[in-house]
Amino acid sequence: MDYEIVIGLEIHTELKTNSKIFCGCSTKFGSEQNTNVCPVCLGLPGVLPVINEKVVEFAVKAGLALNCEILPFSKFDRKNYYYPDLPKNFQTSQYDLPIAINGHLDIEVNGETKRINITRIHMEEDAGKLVHSGATISSSDSALVDYNRTGVPLLEIVSEPDIRSAEEARAYLEKVKAILEYLDISDCKMEEGSLRCDANISLRPHGQTTLGTKAEIKNLNSFRSVQRGIEYEVIRQEEILDDGGRVIQETRTWDENKGITASMRNKEQAHDYRYLPEPDLVPIVVDPARVEDIRANLPELPDARKQRLMNDHGLSDYDASIITASKAVADYFDQSVQNNGEAKAVANWLMGEVSKHLNSEGITILECPVSPKQLTELLALIEKGTISSKIAKTVFEEMWSSRKDAEVIVKEKGLVQISDSSEIIAIVEGVIASNPQSVADYKAGKDKAIGFLVGQIMKQTKGRANPDMVNTLLRERL
Amino acid sequence: MELFKYTASQLHEKLVTKEVSAVEITKAVLGRVDAVDKDVQAYITRTSESALAQAKTVDEKIERGEKISVLAGIPGALKDNICTKGIKTTCASKILATFVPPYDATVAEKLAAEDAVILGKANMDEFAMGGSTENSGFFPTRNPWNLETVPGGSSGGSAAAVAAGEAIWALGSDTGGSIRQPAAYCGVVGLKPTYGRVSRYGLVAYASSLDQIGPITRDVTDSAHVMNIISGHDAKDSTSINAGVPDYTKSLVNNIKGLKIGLPKEYFVAGMDAEVERAINKAIEQLVALGAEYKEISMPHTEYALSAYYMIAPAEASSNLARYDGVSFGHRVEGNDIIDMYKKTRSEAFGAEVKRRIMLGTYALSSGYYDAYYLKALKVRTLVKQDFDKAFEQVDVLITPTAPTTAFKIGEKANDPLAMYLQDVCTIPVNLSGVPAISLPCGFAGGMPIGMQIIGKTLGEETIIRAAYTFEQNNDYHKGFATLGEVK
Repeated sequence: MDYEIVIGLEIHTELKTNSKIFCGCSTKFGSEQNTNVCPVCLGLPGVLPVINEKVVEFAVKAGLALNCEILPFSKFDRKNYYYPDLPKNFQTSQYDLPIAINGHLDIEVNGETKRINITRIHMEEDAGKLVHSGATISSSDSALVDYNRTGVPLLEIVSEPDIRSAEEARAYLEKVKAILEYLDISDCKMEEGSLRCDANISLRPHGQTTLGTKAEIKNLNSFRSVQRGIEYEVIRQEEILDDGGRVIQETRTWDENKGITASMRNKEQAHDYRYLPEPDLVPIVVDPARVEDIRANLPELPDARKQRLMNDHGLSDYDASIITASKAVADYFDQSVQNNGEAKAVANWLMGEVSKHLNSEGITILECPVSPKQLTELLALIEKGTISSKIAKTVFEEMWSSRKDAEVIVKEKGLVQISDSSEIIAIVEGVIASNPQSVADYKAGKDKAIGFLVGQIMKQTKGRANPDMVNTLLRERL
Repeated sequence: MELFKYTASQLHEKLVTKEVSAVEITKAVLGRVDAVDKDVQAYITRTSESALAQAKTVDEKIERGEKISVLAGIPGALKDNICTKGIKTTCASKILATFVPPYDATVAEKLAAEDAVILGKANMDEFAMGGSTENSGFFPTRNPWNLETVPGGSSGGSAAAVAAGEAIWALGSDTGGSIRQPAAYCGVVGLKPTYGRVSRYGLVAYASSLDQIGPITRDVTDSAHVMNIISGHDAKDSTSINAGVPDYTKSLVNNIKGLKIGLPKEYFVAGMDAEVERAINKAIEQLVALGAEYKEISMPHTEYALSAYYMIAPAEASSNLARYDGVSFGHRVEGNDIIDMYKKTRSEAFGAEVKRRIMLGTYALSSGYYDAYYLKALKVRTLVKQDFDKAFEQVDVLITPTAPTTAFKIGEKANDPLAMYLQDVCTIPVNLSGVPAISLPCGFAGGMPIGMQIIGKTLGEETIIRAAYTFEQNNDYHKGFATLGEVK
């Protein structure tokens, strides 16, 4: 049977504040274990939390960027559960009055725009990290706790069950990530855990309005695993339903290596979090004037930037989408254009050579060895006819590895394009003289033969002959 | 000269006139502790050495002609749920028997800044849960007026120490009456400030929305002096009130002409000792004779306050005490796995009353029961608060007994939690509404002190201090001294 897939995502993102949510400890990732800790984040007896105002500001920013309503009065609550990475055995989070509610985000999948509604955004503290003695939890006889992450501020962004496919889920997650990056409030590094995602998935026959029984999938630690995990879970549920079975409401975990989801706990084993209002913190009152101030100072967001790239620089919808999907790429584009780079050429190079090199080295554009200015200079050499586009790729390779400027490389390697017609004519005539068969073929109407002759000319000039001139001069002489 | 019998303000006079030295005062009180603490058992931890060093510092300052604060060189005790850097802070619980905080509570810092001398950490009911100090995980404290009776609780060690001359002043904490009720039982003065007036940073939480630190002293004057030091906004406590602190000693005025006193009839409950009731009525007559106006009023939701308290406080406690799990600090009993370790650690190291309240609170917050219990209790709390708001539209202060009876025998109520809870019936509504109240001696019954509670409006400490001071100045109840040392 063909089912409708219903997905809701819970996205957790660590905020890049300097200090933790309730104390002054550093949030720096990768510090030596248990060095970014104090009595407050260690949950020692008698200590009290104090809210980091920056966290509230960042949460309001995210709420506004995701078209939410900011609640003027919200509060923290305690979510009670026992786990050794949680020193107080409760997580300070927000329950019934989160900072932001009723938002939405428009995504594009297969050329169509779709609106995903956002239920709520709330602030909470992250837990610590368990370091197990063995390779897996079950093979470990002990565990150590690293509390550096304890109290790092998190936002949880909860969507409505409006997502209908793994592709939509991925597009939504990518867009949320882009927005958080544009806002400059999170590093959004899935591999470091600063962006995490849980998916609630259920199926129902087309036309049915009530929701089917859902499973919550945890441990989706990359964009790829979000897509694969959802695809796997959909097939698993389809098979159960097709066999006349019933999906059990449970929490499942995605196993990236095996490519399957496995049961973690069922409804009976589900936690009763016994929420209660956090008595150690006062309610968060956000002045509407402050909200408007933050709104007025929001940076340009992906949609607006895409529109600008299309309107001001004549990029296609497709090109503008790709370039603005990452703030860093879009920044690179803007900097190149500011250096008088021709927009379309910059876009092509970004999506072509630059992206190809970044991918093969597994780095982001922030680590790109060729600066926007250097790329622009390279493009200028093509524009002026100093080098051909083909040679430019060779020059780019060299720039990437040596970090030298294009002009220097062109000069050192003698790659300047030959645009002197007398020089080209001499070579053209030489090639015609030494390839009578090809000349004869061409004259007999075999158009392909000219390609061979051009190739010979390029070979002799090591690719430096101006291709347009070669074409014109060759045809004139045949 | 028995220096341990004086109040802080009297000893301060002796210090600045160089009649005695701070070291002499500290030695006198330490000597008293040596003599009587085997009977009273007020202290869990003693810090005699550092106390003498602190006293010596004060003497040097006096020698150099420096100005010293009223508590400088005056020895006192801290309830053992107030964190002290480098000094064991146990909450009278086996689970924290070896816990040494790496930080000071804000009140401890403030006292240190004034050169107050700390003699040690006072016994209490485990995690401040109880009204007799019999729930201490280590040993019970005895009432210096009669060693067969309890000192009250949970700040029983603090109150007994002050009453027995084992400390000149002390700090307690009050969640449902834990400063005022032991002060009443021990014949001393106990003040629970407005919620948020004194920082809770470093006070080990029992029920965070109700807990408040306050002074236990020999007279109202010392209460005002201690309040001057410990009050004020603290950036480390988000619930502390950001308002200026008045000089409370300016309220030590023997004049209550025109003060409107309310007597809430609901506080005179069944089971109240007739002598207690008589003493309160007599006190009211006296205050009226001194120029106060008196009026009986009604606070209709009083009878529900106790029940609401025993939902809200345990609910918060169940969450606050979850951190005592044996993982990173405190007592640990090894288990087969983490759950087993949690269970063994908490089963072994928590006392019966703490377990009872954790279970009560866990139940009240559980899915399916939350609305019926916890949420309902919060609504009752609002109604109780409104009772106070309405009362204070008509009167300036409310006067009630602090507790329905005088101190009871050790063991008498130990197996009857409900009877024990009823001892807090007059003090609990005050915590639910957050207002301040002071308990001071107003008579004796069978040789045991009776306490009178004066309740003020939010941040109305000055008014209750003035009313209490006026009553005290016109009576001698505070001048009697528990005679255990001599009797023994």
